[in-house]
Amino acid sequence: MLLIRCPYCEEERPELEFRNAGEAHVVRSTNIAGESDDDFEKFFFIRSNPKGVIYERWRHIHGCARFFNAVRDTVTDKFVMTYKAGEPKPAKLPGASK
Amino acid sequence: MNAAFRIPGAGRLSQAKTASFSFDGRSYIGIEGDTLASALLANGVHLVGRSFKYHRPRGFLSAGAEEPNALVQIVRDDARKTPNVRATVQELYDGLTANSQNRWPSLAFDVSAVNDLASPMFSAGFYYKTFMWPKSAWKSLYEPQIRSAAGLGVSPDRPDPDHYAARYAHCEVLVLGGGAAGIAAALAAAETGVRVIFADEQAEFGGSLRFESGAKIDGENGYAWAQAAIAKLKAMDNVRVLSRTTAFGYYAQNFVGLVERVSDHLKAPGRELARERLWQVRASRVVLATGAIERHMVFANNDRPGIMLASAARTYLNHYGVAVGRNVGVYTANDSAYAAAIDLKKAGVNIAAIVDLRDNPTGPMIDEARGLGIEINFGRAVIRAGGKLRVSSMTVQPKNGGGERTIPVDTILMSAGWTPSVHLFSQSRGKVAFNEETRRFVPGTYAQDCVSVGACNGTDGLDAAIDEAYAAGVKAAKEAGGKDSSVKTGKGAKPKVDASESWSRGMLGAAPGAGPGTTVKAFIDFQNDVTAKDIRQAVHEGMHSIEHVKRFTTNGMATDQGKTSNMHGLAIAAETLGKPIPQVGLTTFRPPYTPVTFGSIVGHARGALFDPTRRTATHGWAAAQGAVFEDVGQWKRAWYFSKAGEDMHAAVNRECVTVRKTAGLFDASTLGKIEVVGPDAAKFMELLYTNPWEKLEPGRCRYGIMLREDGFIYDDGVVGRLAPDRFHVTTTTGGAPRVMHHMEDYLQTEFPHLNVWLTSITEQWAVIAVQGPKSREIIAPLVEGIDMSDEALPHMSVREGKICGVPTRLFRMSFTGERGFEVNVPADYGEAVWEALWAEGQKHGATAYGTETMHVLRAEKGYIIVGQDTDGTVTPNDAGLDWAVGKKKTDFVGIRGMARSDLVAKGRKQLVGLKTKDPKVVLEEGAQIVDDPKQAIPMKMIGHVTSSYWSENCGLSIALALVAGGRDRMGQTLYVPMPNGTIEVEVTGTVFVDEKGGRLNG
Repeated sequence: MLLIRCPYCEEERPELEFRNAGEAHVVRSTNIAGESDDDFEKFFFIRSNPKGVIYERWRHIHGCARFFNAVRDTVTDKFVMTYKAGEPKPAKLPGASK
Repeated sequence: MNAAFRIPGAGRLSQAKTASFSFDGRSYIGIEGDTLASALLANGVHLVGRSFKYHRPRGFLSAGAEEPNALVQIVRDDARKTPNVRATVQELYDGLTANSQNRWPSLAFDVSAVNDLASPMFSAGFYYKTFMWPKSAWKSLYEPQIRSAAGLGVSPDRPDPDHYAARYAHCEVLVLGGGAAGIAAALAAAETGVRVIFADEQAEFGGSLRFESGAKIDGENGYAWAQAAIAKLKAMDNVRVLSRTTAFGYYAQNFVGLVERVSDHLKAPGRELARERLWQVRASRVVLATGAIERHMVFANNDRPGIMLASAARTYLNHYGVAVGRNVGVYTANDSAYAAAIDLKKAGVNIAAIVDLRDNPTGPMIDEARGLGIEINFGRAVIRAGGKLRVSSMTVQPKNGGGERTIPVDTILMSAGWTPSVHLFSQSRGKVAFNEETRRFVPGTYAQDCVSVGACNGTDGLDAAIDEAYAAGVKAAKEAGGKDSSVKTGKGAKPKVDASESWSRGMLGAAPGAGPGTTVKAFIDFQNDVTAKDIRQAVHEGMHSIEHVKRFTTNGMATDQGKTSNMHGLAIAAETLGKPIPQVGLTTFRPPYTPVTFGSIVGHARGALFDPTRRTATHGWAAAQGAVFEDVGQWKRAWYFSKAGEDMHAAVNRECVTVRKTAGLFDASTLGKIEVVGPDAAKFMELLYTNPWEKLEPGRCRYGIMLREDGFIYDDGVVGRLAPDRFHVTTTTGGAPRVMHHMEDYLQTEFPHLNVWLTSITEQWAVIAVQGPKSREIIAPLVEGIDMSDEALPHMSVREGKICGVPTRLFRMSFTGERGFEVNVPADYGEAVWEALWAEGQKHGATAYGTETMHVLRAEKGYIIVGQDTDGTVTPNDAGLDWAVGKKKTDFVGIRGMARSDLVAKGRKQLVGLKTKDPKVVLEEGAQIVDDPKQAIPMKMIGHVTSSYWSENCGLSIALALVAGGRDRMGQTLYVPMPNGTIEVEVTGTVFVDEKGGRLNG
């Protein structure tokens, strides 16, 4: 069972307290009704599904109930870092050489 | 009275404490501390089982958890018949009853042993090649036959009466494996003051010190030292010592699953004792000290009872005081078997000969054996064993060929060397590395915060193992926050090894006589009956990956997970492929290390404790009134209220008619309820629901539809606006948690600028629906402060006030099509208010009704149930709910998805009503609909029935259905083909009662 650090509780808690909520940094248009088919397809259907580092959303559903973002390696399942919802995608990951 | 093979004075058990037991109906005497295996061997019993495929007679290979052969059924009573128990692990208790498995009619005479003669039929991959034709015979003939012939043990056929405990635990250092290395690591870590958990699968700690008679530590015999160290550790507050505890799984971030066998070794465990306890341990650091497992030699008939690992024979002698035979042969490719020969010889057992594959090995053990007068043959191989139910001879030949010599023996001890137990390391996702010099896979790259020490790390020699383990224990503890200064130095600190045994090397793969080109049965995997020949055949038939070889031959796939067989199989595959071993690679180790009971994983979560049960405030009242309940998610809901003599049909008919004639009371408390509060509450509602909300006046209600971003209906419910900044939202019963999740998601991440709070209030309010023409008369006498007139409280409005003196949110709304109210009161008052309303209702002839009547009444009005009449692919338009979508809105969740071309295309399935031509025939929900019943099969299905009931109010059967282009088919005849004939139906509107809605408004 993974340990996940909730950036709001500032604590590592067991995976059982959390629920994954899909890919992060997928922005919903403020003019969604006017979006083209292609743009809506990209927004709603297309996900990166990488082998390696993924940016994804989690919710501390059985804890503080907040949604937050996490960087996880899909190969090792290791969490690189977590950060609050609304914060920008980190430019540099901890442990990365550049 | 001692059993025949118990040696007086030998071993560590008190031979005076006897325990009687039975095996296959015969009674025997063992002693306390025995395993079933040692007790049977003490009585001269080697034949204990039949093999899986060939039904060959089998005995004990080992004295531990790696045992592939000696699987028995332990019977405590009718409900406790545990199959596949390893006799080498099962501790003896007085009265133990064990039976052999996989034989008929008896162990010594097994009819299916004919499989052995027919073995060419059962070669590698036979599952995939044989019994393929005719296809129909598979179900009726082949599979049942194979299953009955190839079973391992019999499952108990009654519920498990035992209970299983579970604990979560945290520690800084978890030490797995209680041999010399594990003890040294635990001592080191414990002295730093950190929390240490130390587990071993055996009843006593000590590992190989149980048989290594030559080990001396801190001036004591190795085993005695181990017991003293354990006593010291047990006395420390920061250490938890767990014996009989197997670490079966190593998961992410040092999360380790262990099973402690609490009472399987007891004669009569009390009810208060769990059978097993699951430990889920999170450790900062893990020290793996899991040791090594001896390998057997691969030669013809190496599976005969009486042929076993050399270390096993030593364990039976030095720990249990049992001689495994009277005339013992030894076949080895390394030194450790010499130690077994020496110990047995000294105990008075005749050693017929040692056969050593090596040409001219030297060393103290060889000298000692020679000094004891034991015959030693270098450069020779045992090419076959004689005997059937028990080994009777070994035939020896120079390893490069030459004259054969047959030596009579009753036992053969073998050792091909030792395989480091890297199972847990590999489960931790560490990568093993092949050491060319020692030809072993040892831990290479680590993936987690763990360290391997001792034999499992390929460290040879007791001295080196203890050094390494002690240092690792200190390091792990310090890294996890242990105090450096408290580590003692000098006397009492690191254990000092005064004497030890040492050996290394050995061989991998088939021994001479079982090499390429031979067809002998030289077993690699005893439990799955895989021979050296099978591996070669798999390679020849095209299996070039070790993962394919494994699956094709089933090598290593039995319950022992190939603990003794993997390396031999790999070596033979590599040799046949002509590749070096590391290029062929080791198969992946997966949990569990040894079999784990379902009971230990399930723990207490079964029966009534499997899932929480949610009951409404009126549950007790409803039960007393004879309600029958149905499960709706975790809720128990009253389904219908049977009066004397009524069946369900009669009860539902009466309830339905009574509600429309007078009134009915219904517990609607399970509906999800969410309070949406804040200055931006209306804006938030505009974004989450299709409907317009800004202009809804406080005190009024609206039926809301929630979509997902894809434009399909997600949930629905009536929403009351209590104040400009306060909405009381209801959801479907099953949808409450996911709707809350969905709302929170958008509020927190997409619309965080909105000043809104969401609170789940499902459990706060009990909801009593009072529906029917008399509903107002029933409620009004109990209400204070609310004008109940149609003018002041019209359909779809809400007021706050008091009922029976307690606060209420009184909704005028209807899910029946009648004048109706939903009385919300704080849940604690739910039952009292219900009883007061019930008393009023009695004056008007009202009925209590359940969910079935609720369903019928709403279907009569064409009100949908999300999840029944919709299925996640239904748009508001499909459901005929276009009117609920705000046409002027520029944004809400689903607005864009709803506009996708396929969602606005013609011919989509639309919700319609169906009337059967024969009004008495009630359609089956889920039945498919076609427009031409005479077309060829497979017919084109144009829709399906979503809801269907007998309507007593209409006097006919009614149904809702999703039908392609349904709204353009009004009046058409369609067909529902069923097994008993085709049913004709007419497409109608969805409203069957009071189409104009006059009754709603009173």
